[in-house]
Amino acid sequence: MNTFYRGPAREPRLSDLLDRWHIDLWLLTLLVVVCCIGLMVLYSASGQSLPMVINQAERMVLGLGLMILVAQAPPEWYRTVAPWLYAFTLLLLALTLALGSTAKGAQRWLDLGVVRFQPSEIMKLAMPMTVAAFLHRRRLPPRLITIAITLALIGIPTALIAVQPDLGTALLIVAAGGFALFFAGFGWRWIFGALIAAAAAAPVLWSRLHDYQRDRIMIFLNPERDPLGAGYHITQSKIAIGSGGLFGKGWLHGTQAKLEFLPEAHTDFIFAVYSEEFGLLGILMLLALYLAIVGRGLYISTRAQDTFQRLLGASLSLTFFIYIFINTGMVIGLMPVVGVPLPLISYGGSAVVNLLICFGMLMSIQTHRKLLSS
Amino acid sequence: MAKRDAIKDLPGEKHTFISRCLFAIIFCIALVTMLLVRLFNLQVLQHDYYTTRADDNRMRVVPVPPVRGLIYDRNGVVLAQNKPSFVLEITPEQVTNLKTTLQELEPLVSITPKDIERFRDRMRKSPRYRGVPLRNNLTMEEVARFEINRYDFHGVDVTAGLNRNYPFGATTSHLVGYVGGINEKELQKIDPDAYQGLTQIGKTGVEKSHEDLLRGTPGSKIIEANAYGRPLRELDYDGGKPGDNLYLTLDMRVQEEAEQAMGDFDGALVAIDPRNGEIIAMVSKPGFDPQLFVDGIDSKTYTSLNEDPDRPLFNRALQGLYPPGSTVKPAMALTGLEYGVVKPDHREFCPGEMTLPNSTHQYHCWKHSGHGLISLPDAITQSCDVFFYKLSLLLGIDRMHESMTQFGLGHLTGVDLPQEKAGLYPSREWKQRTYHQGWYPGETLNTAIGQGYVQVTPIQLAQMTARIAMRGLGFKPHILHAIQAPGSKDLTLVEPQALPPIVMQNPQAWDTVIQAMVNVTSTPHGTGYAMGKTAPYMIAAKTGTAQVAGLNPAFKNRSIADTPYRLRDQALFIAFAPADNPRIAVAAVAEHGSHGSIAGIIVRKVMDMYLLGKVTYQDPAEKNKAAAPAEQTRAPDNTEEQEDEDEHDEPFPDVPAPTPPSTVRP
Repeated sequence: MNTFYRGPAREPRLSDLLDRWHIDLWLLTLLVVVCCIGLMVLYSASGQSLPMVINQAERMVLGLGLMILVAQAPPEWYRTVAPWLYAFTLLLLALTLALGSTAKGAQRWLDLGVVRFQPSEIMKLAMPMTVAAFLHRRRLPPRLITIAITLALIGIPTALIAVQPDLGTALLIVAAGGFALFFAGFGWRWIFGALIAAAAAAPVLWSRLHDYQRDRIMIFLNPERDPLGAGYHITQSKIAIGSGGLFGKGWLHGTQAKLEFLPEAHTDFIFAVYSEEFGLLGILMLLALYLAIVGRGLYISTRAQDTFQRLLGASLSLTFFIYIFINTGMVIGLMPVVGVPLPLISYGGSAVVNLLICFGMLMSIQTHRKLLSS
Repeated sequence: MAKRDAIKDLPGEKHTFISRCLFAIIFCIALVTMLLVRLFNLQVLQHDYYTTRADDNRMRVVPVPPVRGLIYDRNGVVLAQNKPSFVLEITPEQVTNLKTTLQELEPLVSITPKDIERFRDRMRKSPRYRGVPLRNNLTMEEVARFEINRYDFHGVDVTAGLNRNYPFGATTSHLVGYVGGINEKELQKIDPDAYQGLTQIGKTGVEKSHEDLLRGTPGSKIIEANAYGRPLRELDYDGGKPGDNLYLTLDMRVQEEAEQAMGDFDGALVAIDPRNGEIIAMVSKPGFDPQLFVDGIDSKTYTSLNEDPDRPLFNRALQGLYPPGSTVKPAMALTGLEYGVVKPDHREFCPGEMTLPNSTHQYHCWKHSGHGLISLPDAITQSCDVFFYKLSLLLGIDRMHESMTQFGLGHLTGVDLPQEKAGLYPSREWKQRTYHQGWYPGETLNTAIGQGYVQVTPIQLAQMTARIAMRGLGFKPHILHAIQAPGSKDLTLVEPQALPPIVMQNPQAWDTVIQAMVNVTSTPHGTGYAMGKTAPYMIAAKTGTAQVAGLNPAFKNRSIADTPYRLRDQALFIAFAPADNPRIAVAAVAEHGSHGSIAGIIVRKVMDMYLLGKVTYQDPAEKNKAAAPAEQTRAPDNTEEQEDEDEHDEPFPDVPAPTPPSTVRP
């Protein structure tokens, strides 16, 4: 990535092209590979539904396009836009709560006539941008007042999303904002303090949870308690993964998903399908790919040129990891069932597009570096 | 804000950031390690457990019922078979409008409201993806009509199954029996593994007694089913083992002839091969249609069968208890000779009746005018009661009981058919146990002529006849001739089972008695001359006519299922032939036949069919109405005291030298 001028006459090379289009080859390659794996698993998990695969592929192409588009703008531009985007999304969230439509017992969707979408998805982007932009201008490590404002910035949209209720997204948004704060040097004392406070608040939260949310947690603690009722998901998912073994049953040969024992096989529980068909070795490969993406993201962040870029890049990378951990942890029974998709593999358009836009920002950070650090 | 920017500690910030990044990487690796530990636990350590659970999820073991063995007669005539039957099935899930579908089916196959009711009942109890039978036993025509139009009927199907079928219907109904649905009581007795997938079980006859051979071993198939239980494909198939085919000792030609010869009489006939105990024919009249039970009998039809005064469901050959009457006389004579109380040339004077000392009760001979001085052989031939009264007084009930029991009366023959009754040959001990009374001499007299307490089944009479024919040798009667393993051409023959022989100190006694029995059919004064005189082979026989009710105290305290319902006499006949080389022994009972010779004619036809392959007997009334009226003069039916046998009025002089043809004409 040397941008020094090297001489007048030479053949145009791939790196020139990538530079021109502000593309990070590492990230692009890894993301495309994971997307391809995703389509393959989806084909199996959806009961070999080609239309679903094509539909998902279209969204991936759209996402990749948007990623490259996002990468064209310099990071400074995003820093400027962040507060406005945040304010606008907050407004949409409030609107959603007031007049959004309901699906599966939760009010998450906002119908704008033309498009129906979840404003909380935009908040996943807006949150790390805003916190990073805010902390960029503050003295770091953050002092009490800075921390208080940051927590408010995180807390308000989280509360709006949590009451929809959408625990998974709320969790991811807290993580995105919290990670930015963490990378800014949020004191360890505060972190432990916050954890203890959260533990203390747990009983209060418990009493405020919805019934289905409490069910999920109870079932997480003892999934076999009700194997045909609420614990069915997690029990069947463990059967799928366990029966996959070291090498898996082979692509399209997983019985749990194909015979419909595994619910939500193509969305939240697609990791179980992957584990059944590709086994522990397949999982190791997939996790290695994911970790490479996270690692590349953190690497880009360390080489970033200002606080905003560093905090945004690291937060996005770590949030991406948290996505993976929450989903897989849930599917293998390490965590309660929370509606978080497996990034780039679960069926669903907004998550894919959203994530790829995030990586567009990382590319922007990587490819708009100036000669001299500020 | 600008101020704060100014005092930002940029290198410090970067330093903090990098250390936080390192921490984040450690954090990520720690969490991934957690995941991997968990995954290793699930996928490697507990892999077998979860594999089993996954297979349990998707695999269903479905039993495959075995095909029931066929039943043949000894010549390979099919008596019980499995017929393909077509069932109209509807899969509710695939039918959009059940009501209109049913209406549209109406013109193609006949559907009664009863069918629809049963269909709706079954539909409620089964999953929606499973076919529910609407009509059983579709005719080929109905199948064809439906097949032509089947594209109009999504979700309606014709499936083929096997249905037990009995080509001879009522003729073999008691012997072969039938299969029917397994009921609660049977369900508790059977081994559920042996009946996997089976809904029917042998209920009576051979179908019941040889159920274990006929049934076969169920197989299984493993099918893969999805989470909703819908079967998707077959993973494994094991067809099990079909049941054995059975060849019976029965000769269907003889069986059919017996059935026909019985005509309208209720009663039973049992024919045994005395040389090995094989049952050649076994008829109980009236019969019934066994198919009713296979298809599932409705309670109304069942009640009417069960309450029919002729009791068609009752197998008289094994369960009918009859007083044997005079048919016991040959065995009685043998008993007398064996114990030495009489000599072959012993004579008694028959005045037509006798009284016991200290009693005024008169014991009549059937011939009220008396037989005069009569020898032992003649007493058998002419069936003199007084002779046997006197013989019984010489023997006493104890010796009679011991000997007659050896001949097979009053206990189970052990035939391989279900529900056989033991009957009764009384003894002092039995009387004491049952009535708490001593034995009276008068009862000995009744017993001597096969009346009183004596009750025997037709198969016991046939067995007794066979033993006399074989001069004491005996074989357990049996119906199973050979077993054919599925898919094999070879037959495993069933060995005859010899019984302990009856040994006579003086073997000449056999000759004396058998000759007397030959005279029954071959001399004009013999009680069976009507059936025997035209026979081209020599028949040894004895008639019996038994009064059934009224005087018999046994019926008063025992609600025996077979207590006769009308008061006319029973006609009995026992015979074996050819007398010098016996190949068939027959016992026949024609209920309310009035006199033994009626049963004799039935026996003659059966023997003709077995020995000659065709019936040579012709009813003299039809053959030549004018000829020989004397021979057929019958005493009028008088239902007097003990017994009655029709015969010429005038007594014949002593034993004329028997001059019947001694060999069987081919």
